Amino acid sequence: MSTSSNKFLVGIFDDEDVLMHSISHVRHDGGNIHDVLTPYPIHGIEDAMGFKRSRLSRAAFLFGLLGFICAQSFIFFVLNVDWPMNIGGKSTIPYPDFIPVSFECTVLFAAYGMVFTFLIVSNLLPGVKIKPFDIRSTDDKFVMVFDLAHNTKTVDELTLMLKSQGASEVYEKVMD
Amino acid sequence: MHVSSPIREPLVTNGKTLGDVTNDVCKQVEGKPTKLWYFAMAFSLVLLGLGSYSLYITWTQGIGSWGLNKSVGWAWDITNFVWWVGIGHAGTLISAVLLLFRQKWRTSINRAAEAMTIFAVFCAGSFILMHMGRTWLAHWALPLPNTYGSLWVNFNSPLVWDVFAISTYLSVSLVFWFIGMVPDLATIRDRATSPISKMMYGFFSLGWSGSAKDWSRYETVSLVLAGLSTPLVLSVHTIVSMDFATSVIPGWHTTIFPPYFVAGAIFSGFAMVLTLMLVTRKVYKLEDYITITHIETMNKIIMLTGSIVGVAYITEFFMAWYSGVEYEQYCFINRATGPYWWAYWSMMTCNVISPQLMWFKKIRTNIYATFILSIVVNIGMWFERFVIIVSSLHRDYLPSSWTYFYPTIYDVGDYIFSFGLFFTCFFLFAKFLPVINMAEVKAILKSSSERKDVKHH
Repeated sequence: MSTSSNKFLVGIFDDEDVLMHSISHVRHDGGNIHDVLTPYPIHGIEDAMGFKRSRLSRAAFLFGLLGFICAQSFIFFVLNVDWPMNIGGKSTIPYPDFIPVSFECTVLFAAYGMVFTFLIVSNLLPGVKIKPFDIRSTDDKFVMVFDLAHNTKTVDELTLMLKSQGASEVYEKVMD
Repeated sequence: MHVSSPIREPLVTNGKTLGDVTNDVCKQVEGKPTKLWYFAMAFSLVLLGLGSYSLYITWTQGIGSWGLNKSVGWAWDITNFVWWVGIGHAGTLISAVLLLFRQKWRTSINRAAEAMTIFAVFCAGSFILMHMGRTWLAHWALPLPNTYGSLWVNFNSPLVWDVFAISTYLSVSLVFWFIGMVPDLATIRDRATSPISKMMYGFFSLGWSGSAKDWSRYETVSLVLAGLSTPLVLSVHTIVSMDFATSVIPGWHTTIFPPYFVAGAIFSGFAMVLTLMLVTRKVYKLEDYITITHIETMNKIIMLTGSIVGVAYITEFFMAWYSGVEYEQYCFINRATGPYWWAYWSMMTCNVISPQLMWFKKIRTNIYATFILSIVVNIGMWFERFVIIVSSLHRDYLPSSWTYFYPTIYDVGDYIFSFGLFFTCFFLFAKFLPVINMAEVKAILKSSSERKDVKHH
């Protein structure tokens, strides 16, 4: 069996529920799905495909914590260490006044940190060129792709499996 | 799969398919600009041009070209700033808060509403830069190390909090809007025929393919951004309200301001979304996506937030009486009966009476009534900020300082500039970018459209 990954089998579905049922059936019957491409996110597809929960929310929390710490330390430094001022005899650590800016910095760091992490981890960067399996995956079709080099089943077996699960088209594709 | 109650109104009418969603939205982006679009752009550019001349005079001659004086140090500049920021809040509310509340009806309006937010914040920012006078020293508002000791900004001041709040709000809204748009840009890229279109949409769609893993991460990012943006939108207008509430001026120094301003912002923001969407859906033939149900729901929110604003007016009035503070009491008597009585009564009519009309189903489902009321609400909200700022400043504690404020042609001209900026940006957005979030509308198509026949299998 060839080790190069350039021969793929593409199955096209027209309906999200038919797709979801077929994913669980195909995986149960021993098919190894390379990827599923859809025009919109489908509820429950992560569990059906066996994906782990995204850790981006944890990344957002950590970035937010960093933002909070940076803001609090900076304001403390400015108001209390570098140039403390006697404003009407008030304390140089007026904690309520720390809150608005710290909150904004928390949100800013969390949002940008998470988004940049997402883009880098998913390889979604300006100018990245992809070779689409079927461009209708961004329009109105649901595309299931099998890498023939990483599947124990033959092309005919996979084709039969997909057709019996309700795929409207099944074809082979060679990617350069 | 999602099950939607059969008694709910469909959110997408006329039996649209996934392919229809793509075609209906993309054909506006792909088609050549129509005569109407050129006319709209010409109109906005005229406003922008006239306004730019006014801006030039403001910058070269200084703030003295406005009608401000020693008593009334803020008037149209800050009124316009708060007005635009308030309008911007609806976009984030629709994108973020309604996502957290799982309101599917947000999907056809959130893209345009978020675009409106970003352009409104540009306009608000322009007034901040203008009102500084020496706009070329705007960087002095930032806490940057410098050679003056380092002389830092005063973190105790709401004006500094505003710098952080508004810039964070602009950047987070921008990133939320852009990330949400990436899958739709990929759809346009895959349909593009001209090399320039392919290159531009290809560049900005970041290589999006629709892979399930990417969608999974995208959903997490959307949810977390929504969760971050919700307290952000509440905090931004709270901080803006503190520009007034933390002062000692009668009529300003009141704790009702933060919730009152936030409710007022949502009120005027939704009104502006309606004004824009009623025109867009007609011109772009998107009535099957932005249905009467959507319009009715937005009207209900306007009614709710308008009522909160009305209750806040009553509360302010009550507290002025109950406190026994004669300065506060005079402030409210002056608003209703003094030299600016005409502004006060315009505000009351527009803001208190008009949202109450939405109790009647006939009115809240009528497009023409909605359009007129949405403009009335925005006029009322402009007067609200004007009344708060000018009526409190022109007669505060010392009667010998009492005076009247008249706007000059440059006060008006700079406001016209902001309309020119807003509409130029909006019409560019409407031409080159998809005004509806196609992926999200496709996601609700099965459960919430009129195609009930495909639900059962």
